[in-house]
Amino acid sequence: MIGLLEEWLRGGFRHGIHPPDHKEATSAVPIRRMPFPSEIVLPMRQHAGAPARLIVQPGQRVERGDKVGEPQGHVSVPIHASASGRVAAVEWCPHPDGSQAEAVRIEVDPHSAQIPRPRLVPRWEDLDADQVRAAVKEAGVVGLGGAAFPTHVKLQPPEGERVETLIVNGAECEPWLTSDHRVMVEHPERVHFGIRIMMQCLGTSKAVIGVERNKPDAVARLRETLPADLDIEVIALRVKYPQGAEKMLIRAVTGEEVPSGKLPVHVGTVVQNVGSIAAIAEVFETGYPLIERIVTVSGPGVVRPSNLVVPVGTRLRDVLAFCGGCTPDAREVLAGGPMMGAPQADLDAPVLKGTSGIVVLTDAEAKPSRVYPCIGCGHCLDACPVFLNPSLLGKEAQAGRYAEMEAHHLMDCMVCGSCSYVCPSNIPLSQIFALAKGALRREAGRRRAAESAAADGGKAA
Amino acid sequence: MTERRDGPRAGREAAAVEGGRLALVASPHLKSPDSTPRIMWTVTITLLPLVAMSTWVFGVNALLVISAAVLGAVGAERLLGAGGAIRDGSAALTGLLLGLTLPASLPLWMAVLGGGVGIGFGKLLFGGLGQNIFNPALVGRAFLQAAFPTALTTWPDPGQGWGIWTGDLFALPFFSGRVDAVTGATPLGLMKFEEVSTPVRDLFVGTTAGSLGETSALLIVIGGIYLAYRNYLNWRIPVSILAVVAGLSSAIHAIDPARFPGAPFMLFSGGLMLGAVYMATDMVTSPVTNSGAWIYGAGIGALVVLIRFWGGLPEGVMYAILFMNAFVPFIDRATQPRVFGTRRGAPA
Repeated sequence: MIGLLEEWLRGGFRHGIHPPDHKEATSAVPIRRMPFPSEIVLPMRQHAGAPARLIVQPGQRVERGDKVGEPQGHVSVPIHASASGRVAAVEWCPHPDGSQAEAVRIEVDPHSAQIPRPRLVPRWEDLDADQVRAAVKEAGVVGLGGAAFPTHVKLQPPEGERVETLIVNGAECEPWLTSDHRVMVEHPERVHFGIRIMMQCLGTSKAVIGVERNKPDAVARLRETLPADLDIEVIALRVKYPQGAEKMLIRAVTGEEVPSGKLPVHVGTVVQNVGSIAAIAEVFETGYPLIERIVTVSGPGVVRPSNLVVPVGTRLRDVLAFCGGCTPDAREVLAGGPMMGAPQADLDAPVLKGTSGIVVLTDAEAKPSRVYPCIGCGHCLDACPVFLNPSLLGKEAQAGRYAEMEAHHLMDCMVCGSCSYVCPSNIPLSQIFALAKGALRREAGRRRAAESAAADGGKAA
Repeated sequence: MTERRDGPRAGREAAAVEGGRLALVASPHLKSPDSTPRIMWTVTITLLPLVAMSTWVFGVNALLVISAAVLGAVGAERLLGAGGAIRDGSAALTGLLLGLTLPASLPLWMAVLGGGVGIGFGKLLFGGLGQNIFNPALVGRAFLQAAFPTALTTWPDPGQGWGIWTGDLFALPFFSGRVDAVTGATPLGLMKFEEVSTPVRDLFVGTTAGSLGETSALLIVIGGIYLAYRNYLNWRIPVSILAVVAGLSSAIHAIDPARFPGAPFMLFSGGLMLGAVYMATDMVTSPVTNSGAWIYGAGIGALVVLIRFWGGLPEGVMYAILFMNAFVPFIDRATQPRVFGTRRGAPA
């Protein structure tokens, strides 16, 4: 009894919101493999950090798994061809973030067996921690939850910091998305193998998998398959958005708050999403680099909602077509979930390593709503998971007082959208905050540049 | 768009969402069903039983006074406010709340004027919805109280039947005739000036003399609980007001029971319930932070007891709320939430 109470108390963070999760559309749909499209586009900018550098020429033949982009620097990973074929062009392609990106376009060879060269990634059993990190980097592995942060960087805790607990993020709190859910149900051993690899690399002895309670089958499967020799705990968390945000999950699992502006490692934790952990395991199991990922295609505007294994670089248009296309009233196509996903202007944009889902919304959801003045209801304060005062920040933004917004911790905002979700006056708060954060960052950059120029000038004189 | 190649699948499949149909809206793409008009209209609807109750107790003229106040408020919004502001329901709600604080025998033109002043001076002068510092309904009521003190404190006796037209209901503006209604003193007036107590049960159900909406504590509490459940009012405000009033008045009652009434009388008499549940919780003029809500509510509660026991007036809810409204910006500033991952009081 007390144990149950304790578990209930433990399984959550403060504030947050409860949007309808809509997961029933695909939560029971097994993962299927999508056939190779006729062409693949691989942007060099798919991960956090420096983009990869192109290393192929138009006309060149590439096999599936061959490198087409080299990492530039430590926080960067290579890009690999996700299908065999001919490099048709090196060109600009529409990027899901709305910009254009340098990309390799590969015409897929329809007669190829699409078998990569054997063992591009070495066996894990033969490697030490440094070699594992190098292999993970070479395999192009990044976080698949959305931010696409290079995994090998996370596997190397900074000097003087110790990782006590590996926290595995199985919250998947974005509505409609079920790719992580299906991985946990269909491949729990793969999740555990990935955890084993990460624990060895980080030198930790404890791992906790946090899964929201709307996925009881995932919790059960993970518990059934727990390896006897590892200390792994599976925790059922309360269903709440944004449980999957790194700092919220740490709070839910350990009860600790990561200090503002610091990393999870400051409270002795590293957080990795289950999909990414399964991807690490798969890379070492198969010997192939990260060239495909699991994508949930769902939403009321999709004819056949599905969970698919999609080659990285497949155009959104082709993925949607495989799912039976869009309904006539489809209005918005999102890369990612409905809370933080980016709306797409061009369906030629490809699925990236960090694209966890494609959600298609219809006229009913995309209806523009009238904006009223802030009536001070305070609902946004109760929703904000990092305890900001969005009501005040919104008024400051309206007056252009960005410096005051910074003093009121604007930079702690992670643009999760909870405030916009609850605002009865439909004020686009999180959009305003994203803009203000961008403006403040640019200004800080300019200030730094001016300071360093002044310092250089001083030295020269 | 870049030059399109014509692959075998190109163009055909997702055509449904193209041809200029793709909407680009910033995230989040889901929205809770709550909206400002929905909040305003829901609060309005929860007040309708109170309107019915006051009509039953005071006759049809109660309905007329309330309608006149709504008319004044909506009319002012229509004439002076930005277009379309009527549909959000805030002006009608202000008028309705004002109407519920008026006596049933008030000349109708005064009720219209009160509604107009409440919206015009209490809200639009500050910049409209969301900008005002003071509760507009109470601004209207305070204006009437200052301008027409006699008419505002002439309370007809309850239960004189349905179709009674009492007092100067249809008096022309600025002509107040003689008062010929059967008038009764309010329980608070009886207590203050004659030291006569009214049974708490009558107060709770609402069959006593007084303003239209302040009579039935029961209906107000039911409405308040529903609104708190819908999260359309911050329950901390009424709870702290009522707790402070109950605590303070019990303590003082214990010292001099003959002069000062105890907690049950204090809670269920006068405008306290209506004020605590519907006036003090006005979102625009109350704090946005939850800790601020406690301070604000406690301040109102203390002021109510202070004014009722030692002030020159029998009732002090209106002035207590207006007074604390003025402090809301300061309360908000002093109760900023502690940001995740920081310690309270640490430099920003």
